[in-house]
Amino acid sequence: MEDWAEAGVACVGLGLPNFYGDRMLVCRTAFVLLLALSSSAPVIAQTVKLGELNSYKVFPAFLEPYRKGMELALDEVNAAGGVLGRKLEIVSRDDGGTPGDAVRVAEELVSRERVAMLMGTFPSNVGLAIADFAKQRKIPFLAAEPLTDKIVWESGNKYTYRLRASTFMQTAMLVPEAAKLGKKRWAIVYPNYEYGQSATAAFKKQMNLLQGGGLEFIELAVPLGKIDPGPVVQALQDAKPDAIFSSLFGADLARFVREGQLRGLFKDKPVFNLLGGEPEYLDPLKDEAPVGWYVTGYPWYAIDTPEHRKFRDAYQARFNDYPRLGSVVGYSTVIAAAAAIKKAGSTDPEKIVAALSGLQFATPFGAVTFRAIDHQSTMGAYVGRTALKDGKGIMVDWRYADGADYLPSDADVRKMRPQ
Amino acid sequence: MLSVDRLTRVFGGVRAVDDVSFSVAAGELVALIGPNGAGKTTCFNLVNGQLVPDTGRVLLDGARIDGLSAHSIARRGVGRTFQVAATFASMTVRENLRVAMLARAGHEGRISTLASAVDDDAVDTLLARVGCLDLADAHCAALAYGNAKRVELALALADRPRLLLMDEPTAGMATRSSARLMQVASDLAKLDAIAVLFTEHDMDVVFGFADRVIVLDHGRIIAQGTPDAVRADPKVREVYLGEGANTSTRKQSGRQ
Amino acid sequence: MSLASFLLQLLNGLSSASALFLVSAGLTLIFGVTRIVNFAHGSLYMLGAYCAYGLGEFLAGHLGRGAVSFWAGVALAALAVALIGALIEVLLLKRLYAAPELLQLTATFAVVLIVRDAALAIWGAEDLLGPRAPGFAGTVVLLGHAIPQYDLFLIVVGPLVLVALTWLVTRTRFGVLIRAASENRTLTAALGIDQVKLFTAVFALGALLAGLAGALQLPREPANLGMDLAIIADAFVVTVVGGLGSIPGAFLAALLIGLTKALCIALGNVEISGIEIAFPRLTLVAEFVVMAIVLAVKPHGLLGRPPVPPSSTPLPEQRELVSAPGRREAWVAALLLALLLSVPWWRDDYTVVLATDILIATLFAASLQFLVGTGGMTSFGHAAYFGVGAYAAAIAVKAGAPMSAALVVAPVAALIAAIVFGWFCVRLSGVYLAMLTLAFAQIVWSIAFQWESVTGGSNGLVGIWPTEWLTGRVRYYFFTLALVAVAMGALLRIGRSPFGFALRGVRDSPLRAAALGIDVRRTQWKGFALAGLFAGVAGGLFAFSKGSISPESLAIPRSVDALVMVLLGGLNALFGPLLGAVAFTWLTDTLARATEYWRALLGTMILVLVLVFPMGIGGAFARLVRWRLRT
Repeated sequence: MEDWAEAGVACVGLGLPNFYGDRMLVCRTAFVLLLALSSSAPVIAQTVKLGELNSYKVFPAFLEPYRKGMELALDEVNAAGGVLGRKLEIVSRDDGGTPGDAVRVAEELVSRERVAMLMGTFPSNVGLAIADFAKQRKIPFLAAEPLTDKIVWESGNKYTYRLRASTFMQTAMLVPEAAKLGKKRWAIVYPNYEYGQSATAAFKKQMNLLQGGGLEFIELAVPLGKIDPGPVVQALQDAKPDAIFSSLFGADLARFVREGQLRGLFKDKPVFNLLGGEPEYLDPLKDEAPVGWYVTGYPWYAIDTPEHRKFRDAYQARFNDYPRLGSVVGYSTVIAAAAAIKKAGSTDPEKIVAALSGLQFATPFGAVTFRAIDHQSTMGAYVGRTALKDGKGIMVDWRYADGADYLPSDADVRKMRPQ
Repeated sequence: MLSVDRLTRVFGGVRAVDDVSFSVAAGELVALIGPNGAGKTTCFNLVNGQLVPDTGRVLLDGARIDGLSAHSIARRGVGRTFQVAATFASMTVRENLRVAMLARAGHEGRISTLASAVDDDAVDTLLARVGCLDLADAHCAALAYGNAKRVELALALADRPRLLLMDEPTAGMATRSSARLMQVASDLAKLDAIAVLFTEHDMDVVFGFADRVIVLDHGRIIAQGTPDAVRADPKVREVYLGEGANTSTRKQSGRQ
Repeated sequence: MSLASFLLQLLNGLSSASALFLVSAGLTLIFGVTRIVNFAHGSLYMLGAYCAYGLGEFLAGHLGRGAVSFWAGVALAALAVALIGALIEVLLLKRLYAAPELLQLTATFAVVLIVRDAALAIWGAEDLLGPRAPGFAGTVVLLGHAIPQYDLFLIVVGPLVLVALTWLVTRTRFGVLIRAASENRTLTAALGIDQVKLFTAVFALGALLAGLAGALQLPREPANLGMDLAIIADAFVVTVVGGLGSIPGAFLAALLIGLTKALCIALGNVEISGIEIAFPRLTLVAEFVVMAIVLAVKPHGLLGRPPVPPSSTPLPEQRELVSAPGRREAWVAALLLALLLSVPWWRDDYTVVLATDILIATLFAASLQFLVGTGGMTSFGHAAYFGVGAYAAAIAVKAGAPMSAALVVAPVAALIAAIVFGWFCVRLSGVYLAMLTLAFAQIVWSIAFQWESVTGGSNGLVGIWPTEWLTGRVRYYFFTLALVAVAMGALLRIGRSPFGFALRGVRDSPLRAAALGIDVRRTQWKGFALAGLFAGVAGGLFAFSKGSISPESLAIPRSVDALVMVLLGGLNALFGPLLGAVAFTWLTDTLARATEYWRALLGTMILVLVLVFPMGIGGAFARLVRWRLRT
């Protein structure tokens, strides 16, 4: 029996008498059947489900506080009676940090868990893939963390909203300070992927606008997570810049800071570092945190608005830990989702999408709106300078930069965003 | 048929094959003997293209084949068996021979037909010839060593070679089966006018079957001629008497 | 750039090279003796850093902060990692020495998953910045620049370790055994050496070096959960460029790569005849480009020796009888097909989505099985062809082509890539071949990652959805099923074709194949190209099933996933790719939902499967059937 393939086709529909009593064949197919068995009996939903996906195992430093923030918000929403008279439930999944897996997870949330909307995601490529998925499957998606400008502009779509202040916005928050210094020769160091690239592009563009011509930029791209700090710091020294703009974060930032301080790179030079004041990235530096850097971040210890104090106290009471920026993002995402469903008065995806447009909701940073024009929230960030206090890096001289003030005009958005 | 002309090959300073010339005529069985490390296998590898000679020529029916790749030399009608039988271990004996038949027909690159479409009668004939017909459906990796050697001979013959190189064809075989295998080879040489060159340690086999014997030592030919003449050669006697003392040191250097 | 800067950049390169050598020395040592491709070497390195942090803090708590607590922490960390290495070898790898070579790789891959979750559980998610090294915390002024003392310290440590290892290998009895084992395994056995103990000792020594490298990295880099994967590819490259098993080779290779990278950064953005080249961006692939060039010129690395001529004793997977599928297999195939046809009625649309993923993974794994199983060519970079197919389809769609055309373009592009890369790859064998496939895959990855205007850069391309009439999940599933079934049928038929047998013949015995007149290289090349073609089909289907494509689709993890599926299913097993894809995809999906520590659980499950079914799940079933037939 050589030509088995033809035989195989011929055998379909001939009945299966041979199989009875053949335990081996039963065994061989058991694995396939396990698939079916993995299904458990569906429970009729008494809750409103939010489908949450994130790269928990790839970016744990940011996302563990994020998860806690979500839990806190969920409890608050449910303590206040939930939404639509039902309890709110979060079905959370790890997307493995890759768009392919993330889309599969999203499919599961949509088609098996029947969630009212999707939210979460961390890296830009995953965010964009899920945004496109949301458009395809016509399901609302609230992108919590991805910073890419494309998600609301070039690749923006009807179903996708984004919470955090984007790369463009955070860069724009730093640029005024940078332009004030009147430095001509800038060294830019950035992680070699979309976030770093667009931060660099946005910085160059806005500096040229604000400070006028005559600027010089020396760029240095380093592989994400694999910076070789010695040569990088030396190359920056050799470039003899007047000032430095960096968008490094995480372990790359720590290595850069330690090496740069040792070699005296930062002496007498203003340094700007996007995200550098976020506790996630500043705290691991301990007493080696840089002093006097211009950063965007989150001075949780010093923000004394009532809404933030309430959030911080509740967070510390519940987790016996201080909130990170991730906590604020996770918390605000859930609050926004709950607000949208309440406003929609239904779990109908189209109604939720409509409700999200122009939706105003409260966050620890104050009231925030989802702009109707590009679905970007007006959540801002804190801009300030770094300092050392009690052997820890903190932000001083900070101010809250409202996102609404750093977004392009409606006319500009219309040019970028497909209508 | 085969003519080897002043062949030399050096491995890191050791002249494994040193200025060797000989020839083998169609229908002739020639034994290449010598102590371990004398250069027999290197000589084989030079003839069938696994190695390229440093100097010298290899001619098959007057055409140069040295420097060609092993597979193109095989295509020109040179079959080979190895010291340790080389067969396709994941296949049955019949499948092994099918591959050989397909390769001879130049069909080994086809993807649109099935290998099983090969003429199995020809396979059976070959297997019968080496006495392995009953093993046709056996798993090659599970064959007894002597049987593997016979299957390998069948593989080499499937190519219908003009020249057959056999590297220690009977090593590890019982006396009776080795005699039978050599008889097959001998018959082939006579009936199909194939030139056969073989190396062998078993002197009974050498003197029982070879038409001519060539003796190598340290890469050089020290004697060649009829079995009787070689047997009587004093140089040969000296090499073989001294062999025990020299084997271990030579083992390291000469063999590829 | 001034001469002083240039010299100092070389100095920077030297200290990076030294660090790289430390971690690679252990890897090459382990490979040289045990032939294990140890994917977990990066994990041991990461453990070294974490242990040094943890032990250093612990000692600082008792002895006070200072030189003693730091350096004792480093030493103890290296020893602790050596112990962990020995445990891994004794509990795990020892049981696999008789199994197909690649199975150990799967096991070490599982260890990577487990170690990462263990580190997360023990030390938490936040990066842990260790103290500066006492005694080497400051700088030295050289040529007008401040150079960290620790860099100079590392520059000295590398050669010291090289000298120590060379002494160990050439001057001690242990070294004699190591050399004997790496040159000739059977000889070692014949000499009556206790191979079991030797392997454990060597693995522990290799782990010690990895742990030491990790611990010494602590003053330069916070201990973090990305260290394992960040270093492992580099360490492999150094090992291969230097020549597997050669410690001086590893040193040279580390120098070559460390200096190349430092130079790339030093050069900065340079304009050459009007085109601006951003050299720093090249650090992303510099080491892989170096490796591809070195292997093209020296197929066994800088100082590596050609492996012992193809052993006449075939490997276990080459001895395994690949039986012609018969009536029984035809029935199973029919039953499977019927089962797959019924999937949409099982539960809900998600089952359909999962099954679509499994089908695509099956075809991808089958194409790799064809390459590794039938062709005997190990690939660590098969995702390149999957990804090229996916990207080709996506780019075609973006250019306005219909889905049908895109699905034709996908395999064609993958075929072309496989023809080009295959030409180089089939000139090598064994691990060198595998590493060259990896190098090509990384080069393709970096092109996809950097060529923003065409590939969308790190974000990739979105909006690659199926055409109107295939939009629904169920419809796309049936479409995928049809295509995958046809492709699998074609692959299986090629396996039974003259070419399939010739390819397997080349794998079983290249000597015999050549002696029969089969062109070994050409056959392998064609096999490589065909495997690429089918991977491209899978890639095209993947792009449309996800609606987007990004560089991850051709990154190392995807190649490794496929390899794990093939090995789980069985290298030679007819239904191996399906079984492997089902087991792996289903496990990943279920475990990721079941627990936070799903990676560790997945790793454990893979270990169990590997230990219970060393010939793969499919292989185990095939054996059981044969055994049943005999009794």
